Amino acid sequence: MRARSQAMCRGMHMAAIKGLKDDRRKPRQDVSDWENPRVCLVEQPAAAAGGWSALEMTGLSPKLSRPSRPKQKAHILSGLYIWVFVLLLLLPVHSGQAQPIDSAPDTMEARMLPCASCHGVQGQGTNNDYFPRLAGKPAGYLYNQLVAFRIGRRHYPPMNYLLEFLPDAYLRAMADYFAAQRPPLPPAAITIVSKDMLALGQSLVVQGDPGRGIPACAGCHGPSFTGMEPAIPGLLGLKPSYISAQLGAWRYGTRSAAAPDCMQIVAGHLTETDVTAVAAWLSTLPAPANPAPVPRGTLAMPLACGSEPN
Amino acid sequence: MRRSPPFTVFKRACYLVLTLIVCSAERGLAQPAASNAAIIEQGEYLARAGDCIACHTAPGGKLFAGGRPMPTPFGTLYSSNITPSPDTGIGKWSADAFYATMHTGRLPDGGLLYPAMPFGAYTKVTRADSDAIFFYLRSVAPVEAANKPHDLRFPYNNRSLILGWRTLFFTEGEYKPDAMKSTEWNRGAYLVQGLGHCAMCHSAINALGGSSESKAFQGGLIPMQHWYAPSLTSNKEAGLGDWSLADISDYLRSGVSHRGAVYGPMAEVVYNSLQYMTDGDTLAMSVYLKSLAEGSPPDPPASTVPGAESSLLMSLGKTVYDAQCASCHGAQGRGMTPQYPPLAGNQSIQMESAVNPIRMVLNGGYPPGTAANPMPHGMPPFAQFLSDDQVAAVVTYIRLAWGNRGTAVSAGQANELRSALLN
Repeated sequence: MRARSQAMCRGMHMAAIKGLKDDRRKPRQDVSDWENPRVCLVEQPAAAAGGWSALEMTGLSPKLSRPSRPKQKAHILSGLYIWVFVLLLLLPVHSGQAQPIDSAPDTMEARMLPCASCHGVQGQGTNNDYFPRLAGKPAGYLYNQLVAFRIGRRHYPPMNYLLEFLPDAYLRAMADYFAAQRPPLPPAAITIVSKDMLALGQSLVVQGDPGRGIPACAGCHGPSFTGMEPAIPGLLGLKPSYISAQLGAWRYGTRSAAAPDCMQIVAGHLTETDVTAVAAWLSTLPAPANPAPVPRGTLAMPLACGSEPN
Repeated sequence: MRRSPPFTVFKRACYLVLTLIVCSAERGLAQPAASNAAIIEQGEYLARAGDCIACHTAPGGKLFAGGRPMPTPFGTLYSSNITPSPDTGIGKWSADAFYATMHTGRLPDGGLLYPAMPFGAYTKVTRADSDAIFFYLRSVAPVEAANKPHDLRFPYNNRSLILGWRTLFFTEGEYKPDAMKSTEWNRGAYLVQGLGHCAMCHSAINALGGSSESKAFQGGLIPMQHWYAPSLTSNKEAGLGDWSLADISDYLRSGVSHRGAVYGPMAEVVYNSLQYMTDGDTLAMSVYLKSLAEGSPPDPPASTVPGAESSLLMSLGKTVYDAQCASCHGAQGRGMTPQYPPLAGNQSIQMESAVNPIRMVLNGGYPPGTAANPMPHGMPPFAQFLSDDQVAAVVTYIRLAWGNRGTAVSAGQANELRSALLN
C-alpha cells in the first residue's frame, strides 16, 4: 500500500513534467494523481530524514517558558502587614499541592508550528522540493493563497484540511507573519542543466518571448525577482521542482487565481523545455541586496492580473 | 402623574390592534416585514444551531445556494439551493411546506428526502422554530442556481428505497419534554437531538445507512470521512460524565478546553454552528450531554498486537514522543491547556478505536477559529516525517503511557489511514 502510494507520488512529479508538453489537450487523467488526496502524505518516508526529528530539521526549538511567579514585597510596618507577609509565605506551600499548568506561548511563532515542519519555522523552506519558501513574500499574495487553500480553489489536501476552519483575520495574521520574516535566502543552486538551457531560461525570464506571447517574468515579479506588493510573489529560494509543479498546476486547473488569471495564460504558452529552463535559471540566482518586494504599482505589468490591483 | 383610565384602555386597544396586525401578517406568510426582524434574527440563530450552512453552502460558494457534493457509501449527493429564488430555491414555498419537509422528510411535491438531510433529527423541531428559520431563509439573497442531480449508484438511485429506510429508522414527532427533568436539561436535549442532529455522527451507521434510536449517541466510524465519532454515552469515549460543565461549554463554544480540543469533523460543527450559541444554550447542551454518560462500560477487548511487538512499540514510541511531541504535550502528557490538550487521561486517545489519534499524528490540524479562540494553536502533520512503524509506536505509547488504558496499534493500521480523505 505504502509502496503504491509512493509510486503515485512519483507519478505526480512525472505528471507535472508531462503536463507541460505542447499538447494542451492532453487528457486530464494524466494528472489525476495531483488531485488524488492519497498522494503525498507518503511523499517522504521517515528514513529519509535520518534522525527523523521533523521539528529539529527545521531548526525549530520552541522556547516554552513557565509563568513566573511575581515576587512579593512585604512592608513590615504594622501587625496587618506581618500577617499578610506570613500568609504570602504560606501560599506557595498550599498551592504546591497542584503543580502549575504550563500554558502555550501566546506568540505567532508558536501558533505557526503546524506550518514549520514543511515550510520552516521562519517560512524559509525545507529540503523538500515541493514545500515552498514563504518568508518575505508579499502578505497579500500569502493571504490569497491561504484563502484559496481554505475554499479549495487551490488544491492540495493537506493544506486544504489544515485551513478549513480558520477565519479570515487569522489567515491575514499568518500572511503578515511570514511576509515579515527575513531569513537568509539559500545559496544559489548548482544546476545540472546545460548552458544552452540556462541561456534559454535567462532569456525567457528577463526578456520573455513576445512572438509566443510570453512576457518577461521580471515584468511583474520585479527586476530582482523579489515580487511586488501587494500580491505578486518573489521567485527566489524556490526549488526548480516546485516552480515546474506550480506551472503545471496552473495549466491543469488545480491552481488558479482571481480572473483574469494571468499566470494561467502565461503557463499555457510555455513548453516543457521552457519550464525546465526558467526554473533552473531562477534557482541559480544569488540573493539580492534588498530582498523586499518592490512597492505596489512600481512595475507597469504586461498583463492584467485579477489578484494584483493595477 | 397617573394616566386616566380611558387613556390606558385606548392604549391597550391600540396594542391589541397592532398585535393582531402583526400576527395576521405572520399567519398570512407575506414577505417578512420590518416588524419581523426579531423573528428573522431568531431564525438565523436557529439556522446556525441546525448548521444548515455546512451542507447548503459550497466551499467558497454563495450562502445557501447548495451544490456541495457529499460523498456517501452509496454515491454522491448534492445539497439543494435553499435561498428564496422562486425557480431554483425555495422562494415558492410556504411556511407550512417548509415545516412539513423538516418534520416529515417529504418534499412539497411528495418526493422523499435522502436521509443525508437529517430530518430524523429535525422532526423534533417545533413549529415556531421551523417558521423562524423559514423567515430567515426568506430574508437571504436569492441565488439562481439549479439543483444538481444526485449521482447515486444502482439501486440507491431509486428513491422509493427510502420508504424502507424510513420504516426502519425514522420516527416522526416533535420533541416531547421530560417533565422529570429541568428546563435546562430539556432545552439541551431539544437542541442536541433536534437542530444539533448530533446523533447523525455520534451513532453507528449500519450497512443500510441507518442508525437505531436505541443506539443513539453510542459512537461510530463516520462513513467516507474515516474519523471515529466517539460515543457520547460512554465515559471511556466522549462521555462527559466526569467533565465539568465549564469544560464542556468551553469545548463546544471555543473549540478548546482543559480536557480536550475539537478536531476532525467536529471542528466544522463548532466553526459553523456551536460557537454562535448563547451561553444559556451552550450550558443547557452541556447539562444534557453530561447526563447522557452512563456507568462504566466493559473494558475494550485486548489488543490484537502481540505482547513482544507491543513492548517494542512502546520503547520506540517513547523515543518518538520525547523528540516530537513532548515539547507541546509535556513529558508526562499533561499538555499546555487549553491550547495543547492533555494526552494523559484523555478519553479520545484511549478509546477502543485508534482511528482518531492515528489521524491526528498523520494529519495534525488546527482546532476551529472561533470568537472565543480566534487564533488557535495547532498540531503539525507528521505523515511526511514518520514511518508507519513510528506512527504506530508513538500512538501505542500515548495510548498506554501515564496510566492510559488503550491498546497497542499496528503499523498496518497507521498505513491504512494514510490514504484517508482529508477534506
